[in-house]
Order: sequence, then C-alpha cells, then structure tokens
Amino acid sequence: MSSNNNLLVKLNNAGYQHNDKWLVKGVSLRVEKGKIVTLIGPNGSGKSTTAKIALGIYKKIDGEVEKYTNKVGYVPQKISIDWTLPLRVRDFMLLTENLKDESINEALSLTGVIHLKDKNLGNLSGGEFQRVLLARAISKKPELLVLDEPVQGVDFTGEIALYELIKKISDELNCGILLISHDLHTVMSATDHVVCLNGHVCCSGSPIDVAKNNEYKALFGEQASQILSRYEHKHDHVHTNDGEIKKN
Amino acid sequence: MFDDFFIRALVAGLGVALVTGPLGCFVVWRRLSYFGDTLAHSALLGVTLAYSFELNIAFSVFIISSLIALILIQLQKRTNLPGDALLGLLAHSSLAVGLVVIGFLTFIRFDIMGLLFGDILAVTVDDLLIIWIGGALILLVLKLIWKPLFASTVNYELAEAEGLNPDRAKAIFTILMAAIIAISIKMVGLLLITGMLIIPAAMARNISDSPQKMVIYSIIGGLLSVVIGLFSSLEFNTSSGPSIIAASLFLFILSLLNIKQSIKLKN
Repeated sequence: MSSNNNLLVKLNNAGYQHNDKWLVKGVSLRVEKGKIVTLIGPNGSGKSTTAKIALGIYKKIDGEVEKYTNKVGYVPQKISIDWTLPLRVRDFMLLTENLKDESINEALSLTGVIHLKDKNLGNLSGGEFQRVLLARAISKKPELLVLDEPVQGVDFTGEIALYELIKKISDELNCGILLISHDLHTVMSATDHVVCLNGHVCCSGSPIDVAKNNEYKALFGEQASQILSRYEHKHDHVHTNDGEIKKN
Repeated sequence: MFDDFFIRALVAGLGVALVTGPLGCFVVWRRLSYFGDTLAHSALLGVTLAYSFELNIAFSVFIISSLIALILIQLQKRTNLPGDALLGLLAHSSLAVGLVVIGFLTFIRFDIMGLLFGDILAVTVDDLLIIWIGGALILLVLKLIWKPLFASTVNYELAEAEGLNPDRAKAIFTILMAAIIAISIKMVGLLLITGMLIIPAAMARNISDSPQKMVIYSIIGGLLSVVIGLFSSLEFNTSSGPSIIAASLFLFILSLLNIKQSIKLKN
C-alpha cells in the first residue's frame, strides 16, 4: 500500500481521438512522488496528448485516468499570450495561485530571470519566456509537475542548468515529474522511468532497458540507443596516463 | 434627492459604469465584442416581451439574452458555421423578430429611439435599485470567478490543468454579460451597450501595463464618460446613450495622445 500513497497520477490504457483519428492509444503509466517519468518519441507520436490526458485537459478519453493531486504545475509546449492583455511577469506568476512575493522571487531566481519581473510578457525572448513558464510552474510548489519540452529555445548552458534544476526540484519538493523531451542526453541521466511513444507505448522501463529494446532502436536508430546506454555508468575500464584503455 | 430626473440618470449611469469597467476588460481580452452586440440586439425582443406580458424589462431582457447565449453555444456545437456568422444570424434575427413583435403591439406606444439609444428621462427609482443591486451582484460574482476566468483568458489549458475549472467560469461570465445588458439597457440603449463595455476598456488598455490597472482605468473612464456624456446630453438635448459613448470616444482619443507623448519622452 505504501507505493499507492506515493501515486500522483495513473493512466490505464488511456487514449484520445480527435476527428476520428487516434492521437494516442493504449497508454498506461504512473507518476509517483519523487520520480521523473520521461516521455520520448518522434513528432506526432502523442507525447503532448498523453500529458494533456494525464492533466485532465482532454475529458472525452478512452481508458482511465486517476489523478490523486490538485497541486499541479504545467509547462505547456505551445502557449501564445495575447497582446490585448497587459501582463507583466509578476502578474503571470500569480495566474493560478496567490503567491507571496518571496515565493515569486525565489522561483524567478532559480530559473535565472528575476531581473525580468516587471517586464511585459510580450517583450520577452523565447528562451526568457520559457524560463518564466518554468518558474511559474515550480513557484506553487506542486506535487505533480508536467513539463512539455520545458527548455525549448533556451541557450545551451541554460539548458543544462535547467535540467539540473528540474532534478533538484524533484528531490527537494519530492514531487513527481512527467517530462517530455527530445534531448536524450540530458534527460536520461536523471530519469527514473522512460516511456517511448509512437501512437502507442512502444516500450517502457528504465533508460537502460529502453535503450536495449529493439523497437526503440528501430524508432530512433542505433546511435540513440548508444546515447542512452552511455548513462549506464558501468566503469568497466580506466584510462592510463598515456591514454590507453585498460580493462578492469 | 432622486426627485430630479437628471440626478436619477447620473446615479444610474455611474452604477452602470462601475460594472461595465471590469466586464468590458474581459470583453476586450476575450474578444467578445460581437458576442456582446448579439446579446444586446436580442434585448429588443426581451423588451417587447416585457411589454406584452407586463414583466419587468430588466428581468425579461436578462432571460432572453441568456437564452440567446445558450442557443449560440448549442449552434456552435451542432453546426459547422463560423462563430461570426452565427453571431450575425442571432443578432439580426432576434432584432428583426423584436421589431416585428413591436409591429403587433399597436396598443402600446413605443419610444423606439429611447430603446435603441437610451433615455435618461425614463430612469425611475425602481431602475436605480435594479442597477445598483444587480450591479453589486454582478461585481460580487465576477470577483468570485476572477481567478479561473482570468487564468483561462490568458491560457485555457494552464487553467484547466492546474484545476481552476475554466468552463464553469466561462458559463457564469456569459450570464453576467446578459445581466449587465439587462440592467443598462434603459440608460445606454441596446445599440450602444457594447460601446460602453469596449471603449473605456480600450482606452484603459492604452495606458496600463497590468490587468489590475486596466480594470481601474476602465472604471474611471466609464464614470467620466457618464458624467461628461449626461451633462452634455442635458446641455445639447441629445440622447443619453450616444452622448456617453461620444464622451468615452473622446477619452479614448486622449489616451492615444498619451501614448504618443510617452513614446516621445522615451526617445
């Protein structure tokens, strides 16, 4: 029963169709406290759809969704803010939750955009806006974080720092994270569970298991498989001073 | 104090402006100006029904406008017609039906101009009560649904994902729109109610950098429009509705000048 207390959201054979076309079908997964579950898969494989099913944005779905928390932080993949709204970063931070100023400052500092607090949302660059979105999602100290490509458009060093931040948040807040990402390198080092989608669940398991899976290899190619495996960290050899490899 | 028709009109107008300020901001943000127009056009039908069955005008208009809003939602679900075509269909057909019904009501003398453009002479003490009590209720409900309504205005999926129930907020907001039209029809007239909602809010948009400021400026703009409009209506013997709207247009133009100046200052 203890594992059930940690359960935040559970999809049981869930699917969603739009205009008679299945966007995704037969997805089962569970996100628990303190765990990072990553969805990978090619474009149009149903990653964002799966996230929206888990969040309850899509209501007419196939299968079942059980959500055990209402403290949710969401970073959508696409978001367009209308110019008709005069909205500063500080107003945006208060969108779904009444936060204290300290919490806002803390979150904005963590993602490195505290200096933008009084700027108009429409004047931010893509990467800056993405950092604000992430700050908004973590500021309410959610139990469940759903991050749909949270670092798109962020510069390279920022990307690494933000992924480290996401890992840190998962540890510190003990929140569950459902992450969607294309960047196999950065993600895999922190992920507990990988679900590989291609309209359905093509394979799932630990990063290592998925990397060895033949369907995964067929979908992503041999190279991607090697990327995943690299995070296995079996130190089966050492480098000598002259660069030679010495097997253990 | 309410014996004087002008004082009554002023008190009524100020009450209306207090409510149209914040509602108008949402109309601008959510791009609902034609939706507001449609509800307002259907109000004529509500007025004729009020006369036919001796109902309270505000009550009857509220019922008919809410009904039209419901029909619109159903039509959106069941047809493939674009939203603006549906709005036009409902607006003009309900206006036409309203006018046809007036034709049948030969036993009542109608002041059509008063209905379309507002008539300050027509405001009674009962109307004042309806405006101020109804207005207070509208503002109270708007305050209660503010968070989900505003969040879903910014982004529907964020609001839904983070548990704010935006659909319910939207439905309630539609009822509030019908209610504001019902209580303000005598003051502003049904052809110009949407102007009262949009123009002060548009003026406020020009000079605000946050949603709260926009709401406050929109209210102030509406109040000023009512005062300026009604005094000039008295002075020049013009209809109250057009005078108020013209005053709000004047403020809107002023707000444009303000933008130019601030750009100049920055350079």
